[in-house]
Amino acid sequence: MNFLRATFAVIAKDLAGELRSRELLSAMFVFALLVILIFNFALELDVKTRNTVTAGVLWVTFTFAGSLGLNRSLAIEKDRGCMDGLLLAPVDRSAIYFGKMFGNLVFMLLVEAIVLPIYSLLYNTDLFQIGFLGVVFLGSLGYVAVGTLLATMTVQTRTRDVLLPILLFPLTIPVLIASVKASMGFLQGLEIEAIRPWLNLLIVYDTVFIAVAFMVFDFVVEE
Amino acid sequence: MQPKPKLLTYLDVFTVILFLLSVAMVFFYAPMEAVMGNVQRVFYFHVAVGWVGMLSFLAAAIAGILYLRSKERKWDLFAVAAVEIGIVFTFLNIVTGSIWARPIWNTWWTWDPRLTTATIMELIYFAYLMLRQGIEDPERRARFGAVYVILGFISVPLTFFSARLFRTIHPVVIGTNQPGAEGQFDMTPKMVQTFLFSLFTFTFVFIDLMWHRLRLGRLADQVEQLKLKLSL
Amino acid sequence: MIVVRKLVKRFGLKSVLRGLDFTVQSGEFVAILGPNGAGKTTFLRILATLSKPSLGEVSIAGFALPAQAAAVRRRLGVVTHLPLLYGDLTAEENLRFYGRLYGLTALNQRIAEVLKLVGLYERRADLVRTFSRGMQQRLAIGRAVLHDPEVILFDEPHTGLDQDACSMLDNVLRQVAARGRTVVMTSHDLMRVSELASRFDVLSNGVIVASAQRAQLAPDQLLAFYRQAVQQNNPLNPSLEGEPQKEGNDLP
Repeated sequence: MNFLRATFAVIAKDLAGELRSRELLSAMFVFALLVILIFNFALELDVKTRNTVTAGVLWVTFTFAGSLGLNRSLAIEKDRGCMDGLLLAPVDRSAIYFGKMFGNLVFMLLVEAIVLPIYSLLYNTDLFQIGFLGVVFLGSLGYVAVGTLLATMTVQTRTRDVLLPILLFPLTIPVLIASVKASMGFLQGLEIEAIRPWLNLLIVYDTVFIAVAFMVFDFVVEE
Repeated sequence: MQPKPKLLTYLDVFTVILFLLSVAMVFFYAPMEAVMGNVQRVFYFHVAVGWVGMLSFLAAAIAGILYLRSKERKWDLFAVAAVEIGIVFTFLNIVTGSIWARPIWNTWWTWDPRLTTATIMELIYFAYLMLRQGIEDPERRARFGAVYVILGFISVPLTFFSARLFRTIHPVVIGTNQPGAEGQFDMTPKMVQTFLFSLFTFTFVFIDLMWHRLRLGRLADQVEQLKLKLSL
Repeated sequence: MIVVRKLVKRFGLKSVLRGLDFTVQSGEFVAILGPNGAGKTTFLRILATLSKPSLGEVSIAGFALPAQAAAVRRRLGVVTHLPLLYGDLTAEENLRFYGRLYGLTALNQRIAEVLKLVGLYERRADLVRTFSRGMQQRLAIGRAVLHDPEVILFDEPHTGLDQDACSMLDNVLRQVAARGRTVVMTSHDLMRVSELASRFDVLSNGVIVASAQRAQLAPDQLLAFYRQAVQQNNPLNPSLEGEPQKEGNDLP
């Protein structure tokens, strides 16, 4: 009970602060749009290529915007020493981890919820399929699970924001590949049999990394 | 300053002898492969250095776990030593692979799952070294390093698996043959002997290098300690 | 209330605390004085459960650290030189968030009480970002006493405050101490401390080298007492002479 209460308190605090300043969400959102715009010119997103690259473009956009959000979300905890404040409270360390992680997940899903309709409108692509949205959720979950843990480490280093993508991207390659492939499968209307291996991989990754992050988070925050 | 242990000197000599024998076996004992010719000989070292790379990263991950459990500094030294050796040998693995791939696949590089995985693995461990550089407090550096080296090692098999779901053209010499692979060959007994011997040799190369690197780490620590004493 | 025996803290090869012994009775107000790099912040972070001892025993209110850290945290309020507050939340929201983490009941009433105590009740709906350094520090004290802790730790609470802000802070500190709480405070400001604390301990080179009750020491003797304690422990190091300087974070 205590655990859940603390987790929700952290999520609610992050959402309340963000809804007021909107610094993080607006930065992630504008950045995401810019990435899509750049892809538009770089790849000549005509009807033909769009079919094959939509999933890739979207996931690159989400991961880039996501790393921006992760950095910011943990920098807030570091700047006025708030992370110490959280650690001083008589709550389980993993409650802090899950609070921050779900907060970050909500931010990422919010940005995705705005970017997807816009993309769908701009490029006349139907993105609203249950399967695809499920993949977006699973992929984002795995990404923020590792990202929250790593961002907690990187805000405590000298090179901070530069370091996060360097640490995060190579570790999340499996999520990225699986998400892109599964998304593409759903968008191209493939048989579920062809997509299942990718979905399984996503679920395995999410499970393994949430479990590991849960186990090692203590070591990342405690001296 | 502790003198170099006798056993280490013996190990150095033994490893060098093994290595020379191994080279001799590759060039004079193992028969020439019928289709690919001499370039196939790179295979013996290619697999052996890859093996050392994996062994190093496994050792680093185990050292990471042991560090988090005991907080003993020696496990941190062990993990860095293993990662450094692993990076070098994985790089050698990629280079020897390229040398072989040029005539056989007609390209230095292809986005095959094994190649992709090896590259991403290199990047993960480079990132590990960069993470360490960004932290001044040695205790925190060790702690974060341990966490990252564990995460990295868990991610590698998943990366491999995800890349493998794409079709591979890399030959699988040991275990089941894959229909799509190019450059497949069956080993004659002499080839098997040469192959196993080079694996054996490189395992000793690994142990020898690890020992030297750990010793270096300990000496560096002693220098630090002496500096601290002087500054007080 | 606080018992520390043979405490050692190492960062890598460097020992910051070297076998420190320290005892505080319930209701005491102890000021820990010491030169830069003596290990004051490190010591307080260990008492605050934010850092783990390398060797030695630490117990607070009968609970051992780090094994029973959760029980200690419930009984502990901490103020550092950072406010530990969220700039994008109001004063009230900040306290409510921390109150939830501590699982407090009748939270609204308690928040109002604490805000009045630190003199910020009128500003309760303002964003912490808009607060001055002194106001943030007072709110930080409010945050630390929100759950009515038995032991309060202050790490250099006066850092970066002007005279007015300091005296307002002192008022709050006195009120907190007057409630019979056990207080441990590190400081470099001998003058301020001399009016607040009931006992002075000098931390130098990772150990407590001297301790004196306020009753035994006239206000003008404090500086001499401090100098003597530090110098005796470092006869060869002239850089440690004189008053301790303003200091930031001791941590490497």
